[in-house]
Amino acid sequence: MSEAQRRPYTTPASELGPGQTSYTSITESISSVVLTPSTPWQWFLVVAIVLGLVGVLQIAIAWLLYHGVGVWGINIPVGWGFAIINFVWWIGIGHAGTLISAILLLFRQRWRTSINRSAEAMTIFAVLCAGMFPILHTGRPWLAVYWLFPYPNSMDIWPQFRSPLIWDVFAVGTYLTVSLLFWGLGMIPDLATFRDRAKHLVTKRIFGMLAMGWRGSAIHWERYEMASLMLAGLSTPLVLSVHSVVSFDFAISIIPGWHTTIFPPYFVAGAIYAGFAMVLTLMIPLRALYGLQDFITERHLDNMGKVMLVAGLIVAYGYFMEQFMAWYSASLYESFMMQNRMFGPYGAVYWALILCNILVPQMLWSRRVRLSTLWLFVVSMFINVGMWLERFIIVVGSLHRDYMPSSWDMYYPTIWDWALYLGTIGFFVLAFFLFVRGLPLIAIHEIRSLLPMGRKH
Amino acid sequence: MNDPAPAAAHGLMAEFERPEDLLAAAKKAYAEGYRRMDAYSPLPIHGLAAAIGFPRTNLPIGTFLCGLLGGVCGYGLQYWVHVIDYPINIGGRPMHSGPMFIPVTFELTILFAAIGTVVGLILLNRLPQPHHPVFNVPAFERASQDRFFLCIESEDDRYDAGSTRTFLEGLGAVEVSEVQP
Repeated sequence: MSEAQRRPYTTPASELGPGQTSYTSITESISSVVLTPSTPWQWFLVVAIVLGLVGVLQIAIAWLLYHGVGVWGINIPVGWGFAIINFVWWIGIGHAGTLISAILLLFRQRWRTSINRSAEAMTIFAVLCAGMFPILHTGRPWLAVYWLFPYPNSMDIWPQFRSPLIWDVFAVGTYLTVSLLFWGLGMIPDLATFRDRAKHLVTKRIFGMLAMGWRGSAIHWERYEMASLMLAGLSTPLVLSVHSVVSFDFAISIIPGWHTTIFPPYFVAGAIYAGFAMVLTLMIPLRALYGLQDFITERHLDNMGKVMLVAGLIVAYGYFMEQFMAWYSASLYESFMMQNRMFGPYGAVYWALILCNILVPQMLWSRRVRLSTLWLFVVSMFINVGMWLERFIIVVGSLHRDYMPSSWDMYYPTIWDWALYLGTIGFFVLAFFLFVRGLPLIAIHEIRSLLPMGRKH
Repeated sequence: MNDPAPAAAHGLMAEFERPEDLLAAAKKAYAEGYRRMDAYSPLPIHGLAAAIGFPRTNLPIGTFLCGLLGGVCGYGLQYWVHVIDYPINIGGRPMHSGPMFIPVTFELTILFAAIGTVVGLILLNRLPQPHHPVFNVPAFERASQDRFFLCIESEDDRYDAGSTRTFLEGLGAVEVSEVQP
């Protein structure tokens, strides 16, 4: 009854580790990752490996353009195959970056500060990977321009704006542009910090040009804060719209298993799920490599684990509703689709999906798992795989057996499908590692704001 | 100590150790009657722009107008393509398929508003501006790291190399230096 007898409220772990007590220490800790002549050998090792994968990517693209999409495993009826599976998977991964930088900003979640920059970088690289697939899927991308962009051409024809595929072009194009603007704008004050700290004249000049002469004027900050808020407010509906539009590619059609109203929210939840898993997959090794425990604290690991758990439960609800609607709709084709999904030729993939996306992530209920980098990494790898399997189930599972048994066929990816997929993973990791080495990977000016004003610095 | 040519200087710059010192100094300088001044800090300080007499930015109006323009362009483009320039019957749908035009309209609204916000910010802040007199103060390189500065510009009516310096020193500045033009 009295105050003392109550169970003490345990405050969550701090957003900043004990080592960061002053503006000076924050500035030094983050800029020393970039402004140093020494690079950890692990960085070179990873970059060497992923450069090899980028080579594979180039060969896979060259061979594809030389021979045409016949080098892939796609056929009729499965015309989409890996290209669309990987497109949806990569786009989904990007969503966590925008969620962290925009939605959590609007909700004033201060813990987002130390992970937003790198998560936004991840968004941009993931969207670049995603964009490669539909463009290459056209087979002859240089001829496909007039299908995709409304420009006045000599044939006097226009894209079909009633098609969800053209909505995709606008949604993904806007998403990439706005993400780049948000990311680049956020970096300007930090690039000015690098400009002022750089010792080498060339480095100073490069960062000086990138910083555009930022001098931290109060009037500039006032507008800057307002612009960040505006961009966050614009990005929030944007990010929800992007995966909704991606889901329209499926939901607007009349294929069994695709033609459902639950797809937009279910895709968005899946995107957040996959994105947070990828953020953890990148952050956990990076945190250890650069000793960023003061910035990516237990608080961050714990919160990201919780977000993944909630998103995972929404995704599980989506799976359950698909089962329910297959039965409740009393549609022969819907119920066959679900039977085929569970016990058909790709049944093993479905059960692997349930394992990766529903069963394993239940470990996140445990606080000990959420605070353990090793366990979190393992769970996030399961989710990365699980979300890919989900897109495989959706794309291949519905297409390979639709209405007419005479048109059924099996889909098997070829080595070129795998080469292109692995190649984009290499491109993604390479881009991320170059970003970490050359640009401020944590928003320094935002971290400074985490120090309470009025404290002795 | 004496300035050789006070009229030639850009102004006087005071350096502070803590954000709250800068905020207090800015308020005092405004109360003293100084108007042509600017404050510099490595992090946004709430209320600092208001303290030096800068009104709330009207950038959001630009964002809104650009968004409006984007929406009108997006819907107008689709209407023009499908109703006026090249009407074609696709599966019996109406030429003017309003609901199907919403996604592109929405995306272009966001796109135009976001580009307008960033371009507006850069133009209003007059960036890129690689050089500015404040960079002539050697200690100013810490303005992007861990120090806080208040600069009273010589264009201010009340500016006087001697008395302004005394005033700034009285505010608890670590150092007051003249800013070469």
